[in-house]
Amino acid sequence: MLDGPSVVAALERVGITHVVWIPDSELGTWEPALRASTKLALVHVCREGEAFTLAAGLHLGGKKPIVMVQCTGLFEAGDALRNVVHDMKLPIFFVVGVRSWYLQQKGATADTCPIFSEPIMNAWQIPYRLLDSSHSADDLANAYLESQHAGQTGAVLIAE
Amino acid sequence: MPMTQRQALEVLLPLRGERIVVTTMSSAGIWPTLSQSPLDFAYIPSAMGHGPSLGLGLALAQPERGVIVVNGDGCQLMSLGNLATLAQQPANIFVIVLDNGQYEVTGGQPHAGTGRVDYAAVARAVGVRRTYTFTNLASWQAGAADALLGPGPVVIDLKVEALPNQKTPKPPRPMAEQIRRLQGALSVA
Repeated sequence: MLDGPSVVAALERVGITHVVWIPDSELGTWEPALRASTKLALVHVCREGEAFTLAAGLHLGGKKPIVMVQCTGLFEAGDALRNVVHDMKLPIFFVVGVRSWYLQQKGATADTCPIFSEPIMNAWQIPYRLLDSSHSADDLANAYLESQHAGQTGAVLIAE
Repeated sequence: MPMTQRQALEVLLPLRGERIVVTTMSSAGIWPTLSQSPLDFAYIPSAMGHGPSLGLGLALAQPERGVIVVNGDGCQLMSLGNLATLAQQPANIFVIVLDNGQYEVTGGQPHAGTGRVDYAAVARAVGVRRTYTFTNLASWQAGAADALLGPGPVVIDLKVEALPNQKTPKPPRPMAEQIRRLQGALSVA
């Protein structure tokens, strides 16, 4: 199970220094734990494209940021993501909340977000894993570590 | 007298100290003719409008050093929210908006805010406490040192001449080399 305290503990364990984010209603439940952390700095941005470039600056300056956004924000952030990952080739890791994923599996939603989230990740050539309720914060941390060991970007999609 | 972008940057040069200077669009073509410091970062290729966000990340990572971002007005409008993001952080970041009222490198077309947007006022309205506007070379020469001293965030609106027939500048060196130089100067592995 992914919840605020377990995610924060995992991020602290792998050495994350900054969480740059705009939450959705699911990721937003992690905020109290993120705020309570003495090892993570929480940075709020106004739009998701900012999150990727701000994280790029943190990385260039020697920090270990992670970006957390909602799937609609992923769609908005395309140019910043392209620039940071493919032009600058920075191993920025990010977390995307996929709204309505469970409902879409049941054919019980008209929300188009879950339809496009994975194709968008593939279009931008981002290695990713989909984490659902069977996964834990350790899976998120392991995905981060694998991307950093490979020196490349990576992401997890959180089924919501 | 109105100032050119080059004149504006010539005033900045002796005042930048050991700060990182991030340039975007037109300024990224001019600045390398004035400075070859490894602390210079020509943000080309860029995500348009995101120079201040990149600079803020650097400023948060390197709080003692400070960062100057030279942005264009068209770029600033593309991500106006980054001024609000800037305002919440007690970071040593100085955003200079070279305000020529046009998209210079695409042929000089007006943008949505041409002649109407007061960037210093916008910055103040979203919470940036230190803002400055300089409308000519003499006032920028007289006020630059004060504007570039002290704590950030700071937003500086410089009214500059619009030049015709400008091209998108090329970076002074490939991105990977720029990153290596910058991180070497910052002693970041």
